[in-house]
Amino acid sequence: MIQADSLTKRYGDKLAVDGLTFTVEPGIVTGFLGPNGAGKSTTMRMILGLDTPTSGTVTVNGKPFAEHLRPLAEVGALLEARAVHTGRSARNHLLAMAATAGIGVKRVDEVIGMVGLADVAGRRAGAFSLGMGQRLGIASALLADPQTLILDEPVNGLDPDGVRWIRNLLKGLAEEGRTVFLSSHLMSEMAVTADHVILVGQGRLLRDQSMADFIAEASSDVVRVRSPQAGQLADLLLASGVTVRNIAEQTLEVEGLTSDQIGVTAAGASITLLELSTQTASLEDAYMALTEDSIDYRSTLENTKDAA
Amino acid sequence: MSAASAVEATAGPSAVRSRVESQPVTLPRALRSEWIKFRSLRSSWAMLGAAVLGMLLISLVVAYNTRHLTSGQDANDLASSATLQGYYLGQLLIGALGVLFVSSEFSTGMIRSTFAAVPKRIPVLWAKLAVFFAVTAAAMIPISVISFLLSQAVIGHYRTGFSLTDPGVWRIVLGTGLYLTLVGVIGGMIGWIVRSTPGSLVTYFGLVLVLPIFGELFGSAGKHVAQFLPSQAGASFTEALPESPHLAPGAGLVVLLAWVAAGIAIAAASLRRRDA
Ligand SMILES: Nc1ncnc2c1ncn2[C@@H]1O[C@H](COP(=O)(O)OP(=O)(O)OP(=O)(O)O)[C@@H](O)[C@H]1O
Ligand SMILES: [Mg+2]
Repeated sequence: MIQADSLTKRYGDKLAVDGLTFTVEPGIVTGFLGPNGAGKSTTMRMILGLDTPTSGTVTVNGKPFAEHLRPLAEVGALLEARAVHTGRSARNHLLAMAATAGIGVKRVDEVIGMVGLADVAGRRAGAFSLGMGQRLGIASALLADPQTLILDEPVNGLDPDGVRWIRNLLKGLAEEGRTVFLSSHLMSEMAVTADHVILVGQGRLLRDQSMADFIAEASSDVVRVRSPQAGQLADLLLASGVTVRNIAEQTLEVEGLTSDQIGVTAAGASITLLELSTQTASLEDAYMALTEDSIDYRSTLENTKDAA
Repeated sequence: MSAASAVEATAGPSAVRSRVESQPVTLPRALRSEWIKFRSLRSSWAMLGAAVLGMLLISLVVAYNTRHLTSGQDANDLASSATLQGYYLGQLLIGALGVLFVSSEFSTGMIRSTFAAVPKRIPVLWAKLAVFFAVTAAAMIPISVISFLLSQAVIGHYRTGFSLTDPGVWRIVLGTGLYLTLVGVIGGMIGWIVRSTPGSLVTYFGLVLVLPIFGELFGSAGKHVAQFLPSQAGASFTEALPESPHLAPGAGLVVLLAWVAAGIAIAAASLRRRDA
């Protein structure tokens, strides 16, 4: 379990993380989402004690990470920036890490096999592709079979096979009761991997809820109805929890009712329907809408396109 | 919330048993890790090898060039420490080795893996220092002795040279190996403090090569200050005829050790406080 309390980090005059309070529970996969520069990596570095918070605290299983006697068995981490000496072979890198925890060669070779680097483990890590580097980072995170996994964009650079492998691996580890915390800015990837979402923007907490709730809230379906008697239908549908918008002549958008309910109501009042369709808002749209106000680094391409 | 606290109640720090046997981090384990790191970089051995070869070759060249007594030679060319001049080159290579052993971890990002494995950090400093000291001393002290013996053997064919048992010679020969090891340690501490490889190298070369020359520019006052610099303090026990003014050999060693201690103290403070 990871507990952050009013976690804040300031770099010069840039507030990278702004009073984050959250708990990452064991037994589930928790996704850490947010646009570029939202403060995800900074938060993860603070959990590992690599960066010192400007204020606030963060603990792993009840203690600051540095106070654990067996740090590698406590937290396995994959950091966004490569954290490997480029001149050393993958195997020697893992052997050096393992030595701090008294872990032997056998386990090192086992994790090398697990992440599929057996053929290249003797090569300089500096010559690795992005995906291979990522696999090495994952191997080092898994080395001591830790209680808690903290992975900063683990699927970055992985091929589809690798993505599926890591997804299943993380789900399996969570099922065993481990704490799994991974960051991403890809909503679609998170939707299939994570059970819980912590969403941040500009260093601030935007959402902390179960993935199911997040999806339900995000993808509130809208039903589009076209009818010559649109006005009459709108009066009939309006009730508490239902919004009806008149988006065009004879066309309504209804939120809060299913297409079945609208069809039945219309038939009851002998209203002719020309169109009745459910428009599902995508999760990606919902995510964009939530983080829109907190995007630091926005592409200027859109504006140019509009102007053209 | 109730679901969350239920999880909390059952999930102690060791809710899941690890399938992998692992031990607490200790200084010996950190040492083992640093030794693996040192020996698994080709550049470590290349620089150490260059320093060893440099010492040896320069001693033989100097011996050959001074095998006959001529009128053009000054006392320095004929002193017992003359054939150990390779340490000028050695201190550059060993210093760079010390710097890189630390700074390359920062430049490659390796330091974050290192600190994730040893989050208390200070054991890493001691472990790196111990590994570096042991390896460098094991290479540079013997090569100082060997260089001395071989070069004196060359000289001995032509004229009377020095033997290890002559007054002050053991001190000079062992002192040269020790000096190289200690300036390398200072290089490592500069690596911890400055972090960037180019910045650390410039700082190290500035301290060891440039500052002593700078001291000369300020006349006798400058020279009095300069004798406390690491290189001049070292010269007091590695050279048979060090430039005046100079410290007594014992005092020179104490001053050099004080530089090392100060370096360790500043490095430790920097390590503790700064983000990785
Ligand atoms: N060491 C640092 N020094 C100065 N500023 C920093 C540092 N690290 C991060 N920042 C700034 O803090 C903010 C948050 O950065 P961070 O890397 O945590 O974001 P992120 O959510 O991980 O983004 P991404 O999705 O692009 O990885 C950014 O504006 C970044 O420029
Ligand atoms: Mg990031």
